This record gives sequence, structure tokens and C-alpha cells, in this order.
Amino acid sequence: MIELLGIPPQALFGQLLLGLINGAFYAILSLGLAIIFGLLNIINFAHGAQYMLGALASWVLLNYFGVNYWWALLLAPIGVGILGVILERLLISRLYHLDHLYGLLLTFGLALIIQGLARNQYGISGLPYTIPSQLAGGQNLGFMFLPNYRGWVVVASLAVCLTTWFVIEKTRLGAYLRAATENPTLVGAFGINVPRMITLTYGFGVALAAFAGVLAAPIYSVNPNMGADLIIVVFAVVVIGGMGSILGSIVTGFGLGIIEGLMRVFYPEASSVVIFVIMAIVLLVKPAGLFGRTA
Amino acid sequence: MKKIGFLVASLVASLFASTAFADVAVKLGVLNDRSGVYSDLAGEGSVVAAQMAVEDYKAADKGITVEIISADHQNKPDIASNIARQWYDQDGVDAILDVPTSSAALAVAEITREKNKIFLNSGGGTSDLTGKACSPNTVHWTYDSWQLAHGTASAVVANGGKKWFFVTADYAFGQAMERDATEVVKEGGGEVVGSIRHPFPGTDFSSYLLQAQSSGAQVVAFANAGGDTINSVKQASEFGLAQSGQQLAGLLVFANDVHSLGLQTAQGLMLTESFYWDLNDQTREWSARFEEKMNKKPSMVQAGVYASVLHYLKAVEALGDKDATKVMAKMKETPTDDILFGKGMIRADGRKIHQSYLFQVKKPEESKGEWDLYNLVSTIPAEQSFRPLDKGGCSLIK
Amino acid sequence: MTAITDTNESTIVVEQASGSMPRHHLVIFALLLLLSLAAPFFLYPVFLMKVMCFALFACALNLLLGFGGLLSFGHAAFFGSAAYVSAHAARVWGLTPEVAIILGTLSAAVLGAVIGLLAIRRQGIYFAMVTLAFAQMVYFAALQAPFTGGEDGIQNVPRGDLFGAISMRSDFSLYFVVLVITFGGLLAIYRIIHSPFGQVLKAIRENEPRAISLGYRVNSYKLTVFVLSATFAGLAGATKAIVFQLASLTDVYWTMSGEVVLMVLLGGMGTVFGPLVGAAVIVTMQNYLASFGAWVTIIQGCIFVISVMLFREGIVGVIAKWIRKPL
Repeated sequence: MIELLGIPPQALFGQLLLGLINGAFYAILSLGLAIIFGLLNIINFAHGAQYMLGALASWVLLNYFGVNYWWALLLAPIGVGILGVILERLLISRLYHLDHLYGLLLTFGLALIIQGLARNQYGISGLPYTIPSQLAGGQNLGFMFLPNYRGWVVVASLAVCLTTWFVIEKTRLGAYLRAATENPTLVGAFGINVPRMITLTYGFGVALAAFAGVLAAPIYSVNPNMGADLIIVVFAVVVIGGMGSILGSIVTGFGLGIIEGLMRVFYPEASSVVIFVIMAIVLLVKPAGLFGRTA
Repeated sequence: MKKIGFLVASLVASLFASTAFADVAVKLGVLNDRSGVYSDLAGEGSVVAAQMAVEDYKAADKGITVEIISADHQNKPDIASNIARQWYDQDGVDAILDVPTSSAALAVAEITREKNKIFLNSGGGTSDLTGKACSPNTVHWTYDSWQLAHGTASAVVANGGKKWFFVTADYAFGQAMERDATEVVKEGGGEVVGSIRHPFPGTDFSSYLLQAQSSGAQVVAFANAGGDTINSVKQASEFGLAQSGQQLAGLLVFANDVHSLGLQTAQGLMLTESFYWDLNDQTREWSARFEEKMNKKPSMVQAGVYASVLHYLKAVEALGDKDATKVMAKMKETPTDDILFGKGMIRADGRKIHQSYLFQVKKPEESKGEWDLYNLVSTIPAEQSFRPLDKGGCSLIK
Repeated sequence: MTAITDTNESTIVVEQASGSMPRHHLVIFALLLLLSLAAPFFLYPVFLMKVMCFALFACALNLLLGFGGLLSFGHAAFFGSAAYVSAHAARVWGLTPEVAIILGTLSAAVLGAVIGLLAIRRQGIYFAMVTLAFAQMVYFAALQAPFTGGEDGIQNVPRGDLFGAISMRSDFSLYFVVLVITFGGLLAIYRIIHSPFGQVLKAIRENEPRAISLGYRVNSYKLTVFVLSATFAGLAGATKAIVFQLASLTDVYWTMSGEVVLMVLLGGMGTVFGPLVGAAVIVTMQNYLASFGAWVTIIQGCIFVISVMLFREGIVGVIAKWIRKPL
């Protein structure tokens, strides 16, 4: 068996890379949660279900409409995003004047409904989705065999995360968004349609989840519960990162992915707990999270 | 084909029954997963199989009125034990059928013993049902984890796969399979070069597969089940384990898993089953009838439900009585014989004995149809298929 | 800002500071007792015991959520770990059921103190997420610890003899033991709510900074109520393990935490009797819809959505409004 010190550096390097791939999913998902939380003050418990919907949508698109992976990568997030907009308009927007916990409870209920419906319709055994032919095969990097598709996941998620970060932190639109987070009344007074901005933000956050779902479809099997357990880990990622900054959620996502990856080598039995342990430590030392502002 | 609610298929003994002699009314409960991971493996298909058994046996003509009810245990032992308790206490169920998921099966076995009824298990995997947790009220019909792990491991070792790496789900069931298979590997002169315990359930297996790949093992065996197996096989194909010359072996894989993985991904995988629809003319004929009703080929679990109901009805008819103790005794003393599993017997510990088959998943180009999944590699004779009677630690065996 | 109150609608505050029970509460408790004494003659006792265990569990959560204003999404951790401990104590150590239940309850209290210490460092939604994450850790522990039996859980737990003398094998005799436990738990919770301690809790829920400025050590109050709530949840879990002779992963899984929140929400947060009604409705529904598989999840989700959107006071809250009396 591999021992702590006996591990060859190149194997370690391979595991680091895998951790990065894992982290890519955490990063996109926690980014979406952070954006939604920033503006709506709602913890979107349905995020995992929406991630699953993204994966499911790409499967449905392929099998019923013959839409290939690349189009699905665009269409599934848009479709799920629109669904998010509808949910926000119909339900979530009516809760803003209430305690935030109601938002959590509502989205939890929505998650149960979405997952239940998907389970009824498609069963739970997992629907196969093959890797697009352009990305089949892999590269021998010397220290490991890297499937092309996994490389693509890292590249795509980094691109999406950084673009989002750029838009929010560096553009005028992002400035409005950040201003509305601080003081919606004032921003509304400047003639900006804040409710619409909130709706679209929710739609965008949801679309990010769906995008992650499409990315995940070829690697993990598409099944109705794929998001249910993941979302709890992402919650922990968010608590660790703190809700303060967009960049924080991206960095924490990738960082924790790598840590978890390393745990898989040294002590695999504990790899699913390590994030929660880190969370407990962070809470003790820095309750607001690594990048968070103290409330 | 999913029917909502308690599907009550009551075959009322018509005018003919009044002239028959047995005149027994039995109630059978199919308790399985109707919405989760094992709903394809068992689910509604098992109910259909039970009904087919009642029809084929012409139970009504022989004076046996059979009512079949079903419920979803969602693979949870607590729900399973609840339903079983209620069925026995309130609904007058005489025997419970199927029950996939070991934890649920163990729970139902316990309650069945307490209430002195009959448990004809087909879907449950753990060999503890006829070992540590054996009960005079249980018949374990179709397969068990010892059988599958042993069958696959001994055949692969015999074919020259001497260096093994285990990817094991980190819970009792996964560990038991790894232990059983390890035994066989060592007996066959092989060695285990590494093993990894992954958290259960897992989604990302890449890290473990990478370790398996660099371990220098000839065989990578998956001691996990359900969604974990599907994901690990899928990712093994992504990382090209087979291309780099490693043989994959599934210790608990079913035909419908392979079907959902697709041959492209699963090709070359070695596995053991007790039944496959394409074994002979009789299994093909029966499976075709099953397919008419369910639009898919039967799994070995569904076949097991069919065969176990037949055997149960035989015993009831012979006795003209449904008393659990007498029926169990009759079932154990009568040799089994049916079109799906051939000739066999039920051992004192409740283990049903029949032969099993080692299969290899076909390459896509070899397959002639959607369900043409396996090449038969070898047949394991009945007496070698299952754990020897004295090795299980069953308290019924002196 | 942890208060889970509706700013637009008036919340129902239980007026009684301390002292004797208001008459209508007394009447309801008496009716409940009569009803539960008669029930096992008409209904399936095991089902009734399940309702009672979950009613106690929901009341425990309500103590924290309805009166402390803290939403825990991880209460399954206490329910489940107590179930495991009492099952282990009864089965492996061969202890009598009452000792097993006490041990289970104590272990939940200890766990509650550990998790509570960390969790109360955050507020509002963070608190919910943190409790959820800790519960997930407990779940993994339950999955992997050698004594919990992994997927199988601890099965075949003997019901044993109460005090080593009275056999609990029949559902009937066990029913009355569970009745005593549940009623004892309910009355204790009722007492806590209406004590001076309960009043301070409500003050913290309504306005935390104010409570701090009045000199209350808010965190120690929060921790105390968290531990109390965990303890009662543990009592419910430990009893459940003896009734069903089983402790399994379902008891610690996060869906269990969600379910109990649903019971409280549906019945009425911050009401005395709401959780009882919520638990009865949900358990009955699960029982009769068991064969519908995924539909149970969908219906539960719908109840969540409807309760949050239209029905935030819950069933009992609405009734209390009609009769203009706190329930």
C-alpha cells in the first residue's frame, strides 16, 4: 500500500490534478450559491437539484432531440436558468420580506419535488451519457493518463468562474449588482430595475449549477440523486470560504477539491469527511469563513 | 408499466375451484425497491414474475387461491421491517418475496422468524442470510455475495489473473466481498497487490482508479454495488484501464447494470450470475413472455422470484395446508426443479443450490441486439457454487 | 437576526410566564392522554408508537426552532446517534430497555453540547448549514464505525424486560411505556418553554442585540437550549430504536432532519401542540403512501412549498388564530 512518505512525487502530482478536477465542480457550484446569496440573501437548497436538472437536460436533449454535447452545454443552462427565473418570480420573490430561513425551507421543498419527479420519470439507475467524440481518449502526461474530457472540465470551469468574477468585479453591470446587494432601495432610486436584476441573478446562478451538471454528465452517471449529497458538501465549502467574495468561493472550491483529492491517497476512508472537519476548524478559528466579512 | 399503489392481483378461484381439493388461500407480498437503484433489477418485474408463476402453475385449478400484494421498501431496513411487520400482523400475508438490499433482507428475515412465516429471498445479496443470520424461515433463492465473489475470483485466477487490486466500498458488505474474493485469490496462488476502501456511496472514483492503474495489478476488482459499480466501471473505461491491459472484474454486477452502462463501456468485464435470459430454449421462451409484459429482459432476481413461487406452491399443494413450519419442511425435502434454474435443492441453512455461470461482457461488435450482453465463459457446478454448509456459521447446522 | 418570525403577521406568544397551565392547555393534554389510552384498541400499536416517537422528536426541534429561533438542519444526528447507542446497549451489552434509552439520550446530550458549541458561533442560515454539515459527519461516522453495522444498521435489538421484570415483547405493553416516555418528554418541554429560561429565549429570538444589552449571556442560553433540544431528540431516537428493534442509517441521514423540520413547519412553529399534529400527519402520510415510492418525496416537497408560501403559522397556528388562544 501507498504510504505517507513512500508516495512517489509523480503519483502525487496526478492526484493533485484529479483534485483540481473535483474542485472545478465545487467551485462552479459554490460560486452560483454565493452569487444568489449575495443578492437574494437566500441559501438555494435547490442548487443540487438544479445541477442534476442540467445533467438530465443534456441527456434528454441528446436522446429525444439529437442535440449534441456542445449545444447542450449552451441550451441546458439556458433552459434550467429560465426555470429558475420562473421559480423566482412565482415563489421565491414573495419571501423577501420574511426571514431568510423561509427561503431555505422553500428551496428545500423545491429540491424534493424536482428530485422526486425526475426519479418517477427516469428511475434512479443512472442514465448513460457518452463523452463527446472530440474529447474522447486522453493524454499520457508521463505521471498519469489524463482523459481529455477531464482536462476540458478544468479549463471550462476555470473560464466560466473567471469570466463571472470579471463581470461582477470589473464591469458596470457588476457594479450595479454589488451596489444592489448593499442597498437595493438606493440603487432602485437611480432608475435601475432591482427586482428584475434579482430575478436574472437567480436565473444566472441556477444556470451555473446546470452548466456544472452538463459538465458532470459524461463523467458521473446521470441520476436524480446526483446533486442531493453534493450540495451538502458545497454548503460546507461555502461556510469555509465565507460569503464575502466571489473570488473567495472560487479559490475555496478548487482548494478544497485538491485537499479532498490528497486525502483519497493518504486516508481514503476519511476523504468524504475531511471538508466537514476543515469546516469545524475554520468555524473555531475564523467564524466568518476564510474570505468572509464579519457580520 | 409502473402501477401505482398496492397492486392487487387476485386470482379468484372461479367455479372450477369449488370442485378442486386443496382449497387453500395464500397471500404473497412482494417487498422490493420500486423506485430506487434496484427497481430495474427487482421492482414491478418481480411482481410480474410472481404472477406468471401463479398462472403457469395453474394454482386456481388446483384449489389454491393466491393473492399478491406489493410495496416499496426504498432500500431502507426500517421501512422494510415496518411493512413486513404490518403485513404479517394486519394483512395476513403468508410469505414475503424478493427483498433486494441486504440490510432490508436481514431485517425482514428477523421479523419473519419472529412471526413464524416464510421469507423467499431473491434480491438480497448478503451470504449472512444463510450464515450468521440464518433462520429456519428463510429460503435464499437466487444468489449471494459469496457465490458471486467466489465464482468470479476463482475463474479469473484460473485464467492467469494473479495480481489483484480491490476497489472496495467501505462498509460491511463491500468488505465481506473483498474478504471472500481475497481468500480465493490466495488459494489460487495469486496475490493482492493493493486495495482501497472508498467512502460509500461515492461518485468520483478517478483517484482510486489511478492508484489501481499504477499498482501493477493484472486484475482490478470492484467490491461495491449498484450506482458505485456503475460509476467505477464507467470511469475505469474513461481512464483506459482495460486498454492498459488490466482485466476488470465486478463482484456484484447484474445484467441490467451492464445494459445501462452500455457495451462500449462495460466490454470485457467478468462477472458471475445465476441466470441469464439467453441460456437455453426454455429460458428464452420464458424471458420472451416476460418481455411482452415488461418490455425488458428479466433479471436473475426476477427469475428467482418466479422459481421460488413455483416451489412454494408445489409444497402448499402437496400439503393442502399453508402452515409455515410444514411448508418450509416440505420445501426443503422436495428437490427443486424448474425451467429457469434447472434441478437443485434447498439446504438446511435455507440456501438454494443451483449452478452458476461466469460471463464476460461482449464487445459492441459481437452483440446481436440490445440485450445480447454476455459471452458464457464457464459453468460452475451447483456443488461448487455456494459456500459449503459448514463454513457459514449458521446456528441451524450442528 | 436569527428570529424566524413573520414581521407582517403577529406571532403568537405564549403569555403565561410561569405558574400553572392555562385551562385550555390542561384540557387538551387531558384529551390527548385519553385518546392515546384508547387508541391502541382501535389502531395498530406499532404505528401509534411511531407517531409518538416522531411527535417527541418534532417537539424537541420545535423547542430550538420555535422558541429559540434557531433552525437546525441536522437534528437527525442526535436522533440517530441516540438510536445507535441505545440499540447497541440493549443488544450487545444486554442492558434493560430503560437503561439503554437513558444511555442513548445522554449520548445525544453530549453530542449536542459538542456540536452546539461550534454551531452557535454562526447565526441564521449559516447556523442551519453548519448543523447540516455536522450531521453529515455523524452520518459518515455511523456508516463506518465498527459498531453501527454500516448499511445494515443494528438489527434485531431485543425489546427486553423493563426494569428487568416486565416483558416488553407484546406491542401492547410496550405501547404504554412509550406513552409514558412521550408524555413525560412533552410535559418537560412544556415546562421549559414556560419557565423564566423560556422567556429569556423568546426575548433573544425576538431581538438578540436587546437581550445582550440587557445583560443576558445570549450564547450560554442558546447553547443550553441546543443541548436540551438535542437531548429530547435523543430520547425520541433511543425509544424508536427499542420499538422498532432497529437503528439504521435512515435515522442519521439528512432527509430525516428535513422531515422533522417539515413536521414542525406543518404543525406550527412556536406552538405547543403544532409539532404533534405535524408529526401525526406526516407519519400517517408516509405509512399510507409507502407503496407510492417517489411520490412520497414529491408530496413532502409540495407540503413544504405550500406551508412556506401560504401557511406559515402551520395547522395549529391557524387554529390558534381562530380561537384567539395560544396553543
